[in-house]
Amino acid sequence: MREIQANQISETVARLAIEANHFLGDDVVAALQQARATEESPAARDVLDQLLKNVEIAKQGTFPLCQDTGVAVIVVELGQEVHIVGGNLNDAIHAGVKKGYTDGYLRKSMVAQPFSDRKNTKDNTPAMIHTDVVPGDKLKITIMPKGGGCENMSALAMLTPSAGRKGVIDFIVNTIDKAGSNPCPPTIVGVGVGGSSDQAMWLAKKSLLRPLGSPNPDSENAALEKELLEKINNLGIGPMGLGGRTTSLAVHVLTTPCHIASMPVGVNVQCHSARYKEAVL
Amino acid sequence: MKLTTPLTDASVQNLHAGDTVEITGTIYVGRDAAHKKMVEALDRGEKLPVDLNGQIIYYMGPSPTKPGQVIGSAGPTTSGRMDAYAPRLMEIGLKGMIGKGLRAAPVKDAMKKYKAVYFAATGGAAALISQRIKKAQVMAYEDLGAEALQKLEVEDFPVIVVNDVFGGDAYEDGKKKYAKK
Repeated sequence: MREIQANQISETVARLAIEANHFLGDDVVAALQQARATEESPAARDVLDQLLKNVEIAKQGTFPLCQDTGVAVIVVELGQEVHIVGGNLNDAIHAGVKKGYTDGYLRKSMVAQPFSDRKNTKDNTPAMIHTDVVPGDKLKITIMPKGGGCENMSALAMLTPSAGRKGVIDFIVNTIDKAGSNPCPPTIVGVGVGGSSDQAMWLAKKSLLRPLGSPNPDSENAALEKELLEKINNLGIGPMGLGGRTTSLAVHVLTTPCHIASMPVGVNVQCHSARYKEAVL
Repeated sequence: MKLTTPLTDASVQNLHAGDTVEITGTIYVGRDAAHKKMVEALDRGEKLPVDLNGQIIYYMGPSPTKPGQVIGSAGPTTSGRMDAYAPRLMEIGLKGMIGKGLRAAPVKDAMKKYKAVYFAATGGAAALISQRIKKAQVMAYEDLGAEALQKLEVEDFPVIVVNDVFGGDAYEDGKKKYAKK
C-alpha cells in the first residue's frame, strides 16, 4: 500500500482549478489557430482572433479565460494499491475546489436547490466527482471546469436499434444545429453511444478528455467522427454562430455494449474554452 | 461603427444585423436572478432600482474582482434564458441587450414593436472584454453575488448587431451564407 495524504489531494485540486481556468491547453490553441488559418468568413476570423488574444491575456494569470469558471467536474483514477490517509477522497476534493475557487478568484456558480430558492453555495462546491478504481499505486486527478452555456445543450436519445448508424448521425447533427450559437462555437462535440442512458451521457462527457488532434483508436468510431465533423461544419453556424466553416473543432466518440432493445446516444457539448488539467500523485 | 449610450429610437434605427459596433458609455449588467427580481418588482407595481429607459442591459455574471481590478473576467452569458423577461423590460424602455446565442420569436417581435436591438459579444473572450470596462458598481441585489445588478462604464466595447428593429438576423444570414448541402 502506498499512502497519500488527503490534504495533498486538496492542494492539487486547488492548483488544477486555477491553472485550468487560466491556461488553455496547447491542443485547443492549435485547433483554434488552424481554424483561423482556414476560416472563410471575415466575421468568424475576427471572432477567432479575439479568442486567441483572450488566451494570451488569460495566461498572464490575472483574468480567467471565461467568467464562467464552471462546475468542477473531477475525474479520478484511483490505483487500488493507494491508501488515502488524513481524510476521505471526496471531502478532500470538495475542499480543494473550495480553496481553488476562493483563492483563485474564480466564479462560484453552484446553487444548492435547483428548482426553488437557488441559493449560491458560495464556494463552488459540490464538485461532480467520477471515480474509477484502476490497477497500480497512483492517483490521477483531472479537472474539467464545465461552463453552463455549453452543458445546457446536452442531449440524450434512446434510439431503437432500427435507427442504425444514420439515426445516430441525424440525432447528433440535429442537436448541434438546434444549439446554434448558444454553446459558444467552435465547440467540441462529445458523443457516447451504447450502454444505458446514464452510461451514454457519461461517455459523451468522458470523450472530451481525449486531447484534440489525437486519433480515435477504434477505426469505426474514427470514421464516424470524421463524417459527423464534416456534416456539423456544413451546417454553416460558424464561430459564435455568425456564419462560417468552423462550427466544431472536433467530434469525439466513445461506444460501449448495450441491451438488445436499446441504442442510447448521448451528446455533451464543450465550448471552445475547453479547459482540462491533470495531475498524477 | 461607434455608438454611445443612452440609445434612442433614432439611434437604434441606424443599426443593422451584422454591423460591428463599439459601444461607449453606461451599460447595465443583469442575468437570470436579477431579471427575475426586476420583473417580479414590475408585477408588484414597484419601480426598478435603476431606470432602464434608453439603456442597454448586458447579460453577464463576472468572475470575482481581484484587488486593484475594475472587474474580473466579464464575457456574455447565453441570452435565451432571459427571453421570458426581455419583452417586459423593452416595454418600459430598454433599448439594447448584449449577450450571446439565439432569441425566441416573441423577443424578436418585441424588438420590432418597441424598437430595441440585440447585440452579441464574443462568448469566452471574457478576459479580453474585461479590458474595455472602465468602471463597475453594484446597483442592487448585492446578495446575488455574481448575479447582482451592476452599472458599467465601457469604452469601445466590441459587439455585433444580431437582431435589429427591422427583423434582420445575423445568425440566420451567416448560417445561410456558409451552409453546404
